[in-house]
Amino acid sequence: MMGKLNSSLGTTLKTSLLGLASAALLAGTALTPASAETVLRATMHADVRTLDPHWTTQTIAGIHGMLIYDTLFGVDDEGMPHPQMVGDYSVSDDGLEYSFTLRDGLKFHDGADVTTADVIASLKRWGEKDQAARAMFAHLDTMEAVDDKTFTMTFNAPYGLVLDTLGKTGTMVPIIMRESDATMSADEQVTEAIGSGPFMMVKEEWVPGSVTVYRKNPDYVPREGEPSGFSGAKIPKVDKIELVWIDDSQTRMQALIAGEIDLLEQPSVDFVPILEGDPNIEVIRTGAVDSHWGTIRINHLHPPFDKPEMRQALYHLVNQEDYLQTIVGNPDYYRTCHSFITCGTTYEDETGKEVMADYDPKKAYEMMKAAGYNDEPIYVLAATDHHTITPAAQVLLNAMREAGINVNAVSIDWGSVVARRSNREKPEDGGWHIFVTTSSGTTSLNPALNTWLGATCDNANVGWPCDEELETLRGEFAFAQSVDERKEVARKIQERAMYVVPYISFGQWTQPMAYRSDKISGIIPVTGLTVLWNIEKSE
Amino acid sequence: MTAYIARRLLATIPVMAVVAIFVFLLLRLAPGDPAALIAGDDATSAQIANIRAQLGLDLPIWQQFFMWAGGILQGDLGTSIFSNLPVTTLIAQRLEPTLMLMVATLIVAISFAIPLGVIAAWQARTFVDRFVMLLSVLGFAIPVFLAGYVLIYVFSIQLRWLPVQGYRPLSQGLWPSIQSLILPAVALGTTYIALIARITRASMLEVLSQDYIRTANAKGLATSRVLLLHALKNASIPIVTVIGIGIALLISGVVITETVFNIPGLGRLTVDAVLKRDYPIVQGLILVFAATKVIINLLIDLSYAFLDPRIRH
Repeated sequence: MMGKLNSSLGTTLKTSLLGLASAALLAGTALTPASAETVLRATMHADVRTLDPHWTTQTIAGIHGMLIYDTLFGVDDEGMPHPQMVGDYSVSDDGLEYSFTLRDGLKFHDGADVTTADVIASLKRWGEKDQAARAMFAHLDTMEAVDDKTFTMTFNAPYGLVLDTLGKTGTMVPIIMRESDATMSADEQVTEAIGSGPFMMVKEEWVPGSVTVYRKNPDYVPREGEPSGFSGAKIPKVDKIELVWIDDSQTRMQALIAGEIDLLEQPSVDFVPILEGDPNIEVIRTGAVDSHWGTIRINHLHPPFDKPEMRQALYHLVNQEDYLQTIVGNPDYYRTCHSFITCGTTYEDETGKEVMADYDPKKAYEMMKAAGYNDEPIYVLAATDHHTITPAAQVLLNAMREAGINVNAVSIDWGSVVARRSNREKPEDGGWHIFVTTSSGTTSLNPALNTWLGATCDNANVGWPCDEELETLRGEFAFAQSVDERKEVARKIQERAMYVVPYISFGQWTQPMAYRSDKISGIIPVTGLTVLWNIEKSE
Repeated sequence: MTAYIARRLLATIPVMAVVAIFVFLLLRLAPGDPAALIAGDDATSAQIANIRAQLGLDLPIWQQFFMWAGGILQGDLGTSIFSNLPVTTLIAQRLEPTLMLMVATLIVAISFAIPLGVIAAWQARTFVDRFVMLLSVLGFAIPVFLAGYVLIYVFSIQLRWLPVQGYRPLSQGLWPSIQSLILPAVALGTTYIALIARITRASMLEVLSQDYIRTANAKGLATSRVLLLHALKNASIPIVTVIGIGIALLISGVVITETVFNIPGLGRLTVDAVLKRDYPIVQGLILVFAATKVIINLLIDLSYAFLDPRIRH
């Protein structure tokens, strides 16, 4: 039955299509409301879900913290600490007493002055959980306020990393919060976001998992000096910052290309060539220090890897190029590194490289057999949903199978890996032998700050390495008084760590950042925590 | 009718209780530890244990359940482990985008699917019918994310007609809000167009073979009148059922579309909460979804009485 389409039916359809077309055509005129204020829209590697930088080691919490809070010291792009909230400071000749005086004009966002009471309470709270702080406080006798602006720290030994620790970056940064917030236990989350930093959080507009909004702090008094890393002048040059969380990596890239966001902290590496081809987009390295390094963590508690010679055999399973090619691809953004300290930094030492770089899976298996391996299954926690850890784990599994090792790959999501790796039970009872993870380049700038290097047995990071000599050497590093002295100790640490094998590195890489060069300028390339002050925007 | 509604609503109570127990136990039994995820990669085991204790996750499961259930009875769905915001607040933040996307998708789907289904049935076993069915197959076959990426590339990147991502709330104006929903609604709507068109066609074919349709044609009524007033109305019950199922699915959020277009809806909230083991959010959301589906099913059943006078509750 062929009939003519009824005119009313046809008219309805045509009208609908015309309406849609008109809507689309008018789209461009109404996308961006006119506004006099400058708004920086940035998409970071994660969304802000917790507001307390002392409560969690999540990097994004640190980025949030550095926007709204301030620190006593800040490290420059070479990792050297400089006063930030501190105006003047002095150190006694014997290195035991430090005196700090706060700068003038420091105020919290609620208008209250920043006092030494706030500082001391914040440092104590921070010291409850942060490992670098705890290492420092272990040698602290007293921390007292002289008056509202001056306080002293008295040590029982000349601890050499006081300023580095007070200016540490990465995770659990030593931000200064109000005394009323800081008196809360560090195991409870501070839910307010009142700091003294260059930006103020607009908590009413916070939608976790979607957007976090900050406004310029009009009362912020920046320090003088050229900005470098987290030191120097922190000037809030945009009126508003919106951290827009976009889950999909392709959509993030498209949003940057379309100009709907101004900055993309960590574009997928395979999209970088597309971004580099756009004349309006600049792709840059984030600081002089590589942003990430990879680690194969070994469980020291259970056989067969409770023996150092068994762990040392694993060196021959790792060809760092394989991992870096798989994860990063572009050699411009990665480098091999056989130091337990981030390569390209002051205390880097690649002693033992010839052993670590000797990729020979068969040799690994022979060494394991010689050490008593009886082909029992080796449980490897292989995350299935992480963009770098998942492929890295597959590279490791491949090498282990090539060696002939009996591998039991436990394929679970990253959340389950995080849960299971804390389990001290035998691998076959819910524990593990090996898992793969990554860490920030700033967490291993020196052996005292590198928590993965710690060998404090039950108190160590998961894997629980236990070695008194390594810990003694880490302590020596902290008390060394000169860079040369520390370098010598760092070399000894490298040698000892080679024997103990707290972990095996599979190289380091830089996650580039991309931004709209036609709209924004003034980015300070920093490794570890992206900084958003000093950025200017022209619409 | 009132008694029927009351009976159906009362029946939801045991349903909700079973859902609550099931989702609570399922989350606790699944692997993963929210305390470890909160603490981060550089935390020690002791720090993780402290957080677990702080969150009450080290209490016996039965105690955790009764504390949560007690809160539910007072209208408190709990507090997010990560953000410390009430679950009700988080759901409220995500409700508008989800509802708007749902409405937009249904408008797109119904506007295209029903006419296509009617035309296919009217032109059964002709080229037009086969073409419509081919479109239907394509609608099922093309993944939503692929449709989304293609639409973004064409309309946002190349033509710059529509935004790549994001949702603009109604408070910023109706038109900006609609603009932000056009592409996601079209991408998501293709599947629903395919489904509703097929159901419409099948239902219409059955009705068009009835005697009263033959009588209407014999009386000389216009084709459109026969199709729309006589056939479509009598074919509407299965169509309404499928639309109702679609509404229920859309309210619980369509994660892929929300992810591709960065719509901060309930679907993404659910998946994020599951991956982060934010138990209170998952528990609260599942209860809300279960209640919503029950109510939608009730409304669909009630609508039958309006569409077909022979049906009485």
